[in-house]
Amino acid sequence: MLTYTDFLLAMPLFSLTVTVLLIIATEAARVGRARFSQFLAITGLLVTSLLAGLNLRESGVAFQGMIATDAASSYLTILLSLAGIVTALVARPYFEHRDAHRGEFYILLLFAIIGMVLMASANDLITLFLGIELMSFCLYVLAGFERTKDKQNESALKYFLLGAFASAFLLYGIALIYGSVGSTNLDAIARAYAGISNQPLFLLGTAMLIVGLGFKVAAVPFHMWAPDVYEGAPTVVTGFMATAGKSAAFAALAIVMIRTFDIGGSTTADVLALLAAASMVLGNVVAIAQTNLKRMLAYSSVAHAGYLLAGVAAGTAEGFAGVFLYLTAYTVTTLGAFAVIGWHERTNDEGTSLDDYVGLSQHQPVIAAVMALYMFSLTGIPPFAGFIGKYYVFMAAVRADLTWLAIVGVLTSAVSAFYYLRVIVMMYFRERDGEHIPLPRIPVMIALGITAALVIVVGVLPSTVLQLFMPAM
Amino acid sequence: MVPLSHYLFLSAVLFMTGAVGVLTRRNAIIVFMSIELMLNSVNLTLVAFSSFLGNVTGQMLVFFVMTVAAAEAAVGLAIIIAIYRRKQTVNLDEINLLKW
Amino acid sequence: MTLEQLMFYGLGAVGIGSGLLVVTRRNPVMSALSLVLNFFCLAGLYLTLNAQFIAVIQIIVYAGAIMVLFLFVIMLLNLRDERALSDRLSARKIIGAGLAFGLLLQVLYILMSAADGFPQKDEALAVSTGTVEVIGVQLFTTFLFPFEITSLLLTAAIVGAVLLAKKKLD
Repeated sequence: MLTYTDFLLAMPLFSLTVTVLLIIATEAARVGRARFSQFLAITGLLVTSLLAGLNLRESGVAFQGMIATDAASSYLTILLSLAGIVTALVARPYFEHRDAHRGEFYILLLFAIIGMVLMASANDLITLFLGIELMSFCLYVLAGFERTKDKQNESALKYFLLGAFASAFLLYGIALIYGSVGSTNLDAIARAYAGISNQPLFLLGTAMLIVGLGFKVAAVPFHMWAPDVYEGAPTVVTGFMATAGKSAAFAALAIVMIRTFDIGGSTTADVLALLAAASMVLGNVVAIAQTNLKRMLAYSSVAHAGYLLAGVAAGTAEGFAGVFLYLTAYTVTTLGAFAVIGWHERTNDEGTSLDDYVGLSQHQPVIAAVMALYMFSLTGIPPFAGFIGKYYVFMAAVRADLTWLAIVGVLTSAVSAFYYLRVIVMMYFRERDGEHIPLPRIPVMIALGITAALVIVVGVLPSTVLQLFMPAM
Repeated sequence: MVPLSHYLFLSAVLFMTGAVGVLTRRNAIIVFMSIELMLNSVNLTLVAFSSFLGNVTGQMLVFFVMTVAAAEAAVGLAIIIAIYRRKQTVNLDEINLLKW
Repeated sequence: MTLEQLMFYGLGAVGIGSGLLVVTRRNPVMSALSLVLNFFCLAGLYLTLNAQFIAVIQIIVYAGAIMVLFLFVIMLLNLRDERALSDRLSARKIIGAGLAFGLLLQVLYILMSAADGFPQKDEALAVSTGTVEVIGVQLFTTFLFPFEITSLLLTAAIVGAVLLAKKKLD
């Protein structure tokens, strides 16, 4: 039986679906141009985040246990909508400049967000799987959005083949877990967990699940696709998949590993801790050698996946809170950084190289200052958002007896300062001889304003943010 | 009476056959077909569990996997067609602007 | 040997053989046809598991729709010429195959050690779970929500496929 509450709890999903159907209808009827689709998408996302905001203090299971809405999932819906809004804002100037602004972008963007919201509110492995696939399909296509660009085609193909390969592992994991529990419902799995957590069949399923999700979050050793796909995809798409895509995948990982499996202190937690350490080390060390800013941020995102995995490996409520706080910090910061790169990029991936940023502060002091802010936040320098995220995640790791992991995290963060601060050095302490780039258009300015403000707000008022998704803490 | 484990063995063998195809072949379409083989072998696991446990969820999941596979075929082949138009090849070794 | 065992081992052997053909044939058309054969074997295996509905849609959807799309694309792109770019043995391939083989042994070992705890089949129950009736009822009650999600999935895939594969965008 479906009740009124079912629909109330799924309101954000409905508003997203209605929006995307409206955009498809107006695109098909050629009512407006692509910019009308952009307007619809942003309006729909604002409504969605409002509805999710109303759901922040609701919690419950809907549609025969298929989805669960609570503070954390509603909060993540807001964060994902925000990422969608920022992406939609920067997409129009970016694609118009490249003569490739099309309404389909917003259709796929919204479908991807629907998939992500499903992942964040999944209460059944079937919903989780469908959410992941919905998100992935849209991201594959978005990665190759301008189909006349060789690099984008290639990026889409690579992402698609490796993504589908990883999905097969994920599905195998789900099948084995289903076989050992007899149900795909997360509540049922949580109830059965204590009895089966040491069964070989279940552990094999968990391992396969980690492979599949590890790919989606780009953790070492499943990160090979990230640098190429991030570099090849259109910059606005890269920004979106690096932030929203990672947030949704980590939400799913945290829900399964911490809430359902209660992995704290188990072998699974040790495996995740090892993956975390490997991601931190490899991501940060390889990032140093990169000369392309998009590629550098791709490796840096691998490193951030490592920090986030530390929170998951802790396996406690604190770790859960740390992951969500870190995701907030990482999302707002990285979205902003990619918005700057997208603005700086001239038609055909010129302007993404580190050398192109030389002396930017002399021409565009405001943009350079904002970019510096993002770099400080990514490094983890207080009082910006990135620092708070790291603090909470590492504290959770220490309290869960993973002190060694926290130490690796702090040391690799220090290494990361080298390449993040190098961007600032380039912008501020070198003479400019490159072309003059005009100020970004208004939507990009708004996007930069929102993200920069949030980088500071999250950094200064972490407990307020924490209250939103963890009312009990 | 064939025991459940034999179905699972068969499924694992087919899954890894597909994995070998993905890891060793360079023709994008054959790689894609190997992935389809992997998805199908998982379906066998699911149906076997479903039937032995007398629980319908596994077969429902197979139904959804088939839908996903159909959508995946559409998207994947569209990507392959798009790249073929530009490069006249689907060989992964020749598609290498970015390091693979 | 009972009929069930005969079917399982026969179809299983053909299934593995056709699976190997999929990953080893040079000509993509041959691979695709082997994959169709493999799908038919799996449909037969689903019948031995009393999953009639899944067996039928396996043939209609997988062998009928998805593989036809594959064959259509292979012929559209005229990929037969790729034979010239023959796959030679390389270190990467040996590592890849070795990795998968090692993983297979591990999975088989784990399955073997778990085999004692596996349930025995209750024939009557198995028959009653796989019917079209049961699946239909479940699909529109318990699994209504994921069913609706698949409609979104297919719509998204259509938009994406048209965007990428259409000859001229206006």
